[in-house]
Amino acid sequence: MKSLLNFLLRIHFFLLFILIEIFSISLLVDNNYYQRSRMVNFTRELSGRYHQKLAELKEYFSLQEINQQLVEENNRLLNIIESTYRSEELFFRNVNDTVFNQRYFYTPARVVNNSVNKKHNFITLNKGKKQGIKPEMAVVSNGSIVGVVKGVSENFATVISLLNLDFKISAKVKKNGYFGSLSWDGKDYHTAILNEIPLHADVQVGDSIITSGFSSIYPEGILIGYIDNFEEKGGSFYTIYVKLSTDFKQLNYVNIIGNLTQTEKLEIEQKAIKNNE
Amino acid sequence: MSKTVPRYLLNFILLVLLQVFVLNNIQFSGYINPYIYVVFILTLPFETPKWLLLVIAFLLGITIDLFSNTLGMHSSATVFMAFLRPFVLNIIAPRDGYESETYPQLKYYGGTWFLKYSAILVFAHHLFLFYIEVFRFSDFFATLLRVILSSSFSIILILIGQYFYRKDTKRF
Repeated sequence: MKSLLNFLLRIHFFLLFILIEIFSISLLVDNNYYQRSRMVNFTRELSGRYHQKLAELKEYFSLQEINQQLVEENNRLLNIIESTYRSEELFFRNVNDTVFNQRYFYTPARVVNNSVNKKHNFITLNKGKKQGIKPEMAVVSNGSIVGVVKGVSENFATVISLLNLDFKISAKVKKNGYFGSLSWDGKDYHTAILNEIPLHADVQVGDSIITSGFSSIYPEGILIGYIDNFEEKGGSFYTIYVKLSTDFKQLNYVNIIGNLTQTEKLEIEQKAIKNNE
Repeated sequence: MSKTVPRYLLNFILLVLLQVFVLNNIQFSGYINPYIYVVFILTLPFETPKWLLLVIAFLLGITIDLFSNTLGMHSSATVFMAFLRPFVLNIIAPRDGYESETYPQLKYYGGTWFLKYSAILVFAHHLFLFYIEVFRFSDFFATLLRVILSSSFSIILILIGQYFYRKDTKRF
């Protein structure tokens, strides 16, 4: 301590000089518009370069992931092209089949790959483009929810599992219809979290949670799980822990739900939003 | 010491007034702005504590800044100059050192010594000041030209000012 003080005393002249200079220059930068703008530009340039370098570095590490994403993106784009033909075909076929009012169709599939222990879990199914599977189709197992198709290849489909931090779904309490958004917190593969249910809603342990049908992906009323526990957490909403009715560890056969009116619904919603703007 | 303080205070005020009301309004051909208020720092007694030197320099600079609406510019340059002063005094010290009861002025140590002393410090001050004013290095040589011309002009003015004290050796 004493030697430190001695040291400080020895360099007090230089230290004081630095302090006063810093003070003066901060005064300068704070009070003079020109110098401030130069300074801000300089630091922005510096931090911009730093962030760019960092991003380049990160990009290198995530090349594999990006490749994967590109493959999936390609798949999705190809599918969109394909689906323009297919949807007409389907329409044509549906008229012929006289099931004009059919809204959803189910395709059975088998799980060929699955995980529950990552933060972003995906499931692979053995049905693909050839079987008419498209991205954004819902996947259920025994009438309870599993996930949503993310990308398809000729014979396989990748499904974002409900056990994925990026997965969000609109859900509601079955008995009174209060809806909120359900997502997984990445901890336990038995439990998901339902947010945005207001405090005045009557919820009990054991109540069923079902899909709300607001998204164009899921039909209304597919079972998600049962309320396991709930608590008030800041503000006016419940945090509800939902015990999932699907056992993701035992997933074997699933159904893929296609929504024939999905494009129509999205189109009209899109139109409404556009008109609003 | 007690006699010198009021004198330096008066000096301070006069120099600031001269700088603010006369010299700040002079600008020959866009290149020459003489800043002679730094002569106050130049002529402070040899025994002035180093920290006091910096504090006085800051006060002087900030006063000029307040009047010319350039907060921080003159103060940083003047503090920089005050920081260099002890080193410069060391480097150009006469062979037998500085005598007591003398001040770093022309009448005590002669024209050559004072010219060297003031030239180095005034140039340093102007260099710092002009570069912090433009705040970039892109027009390096144009700024350098301004520094050289202005500091020569300031040095000339300071030397002329010093000759006013020439005969009056009992002044301090």
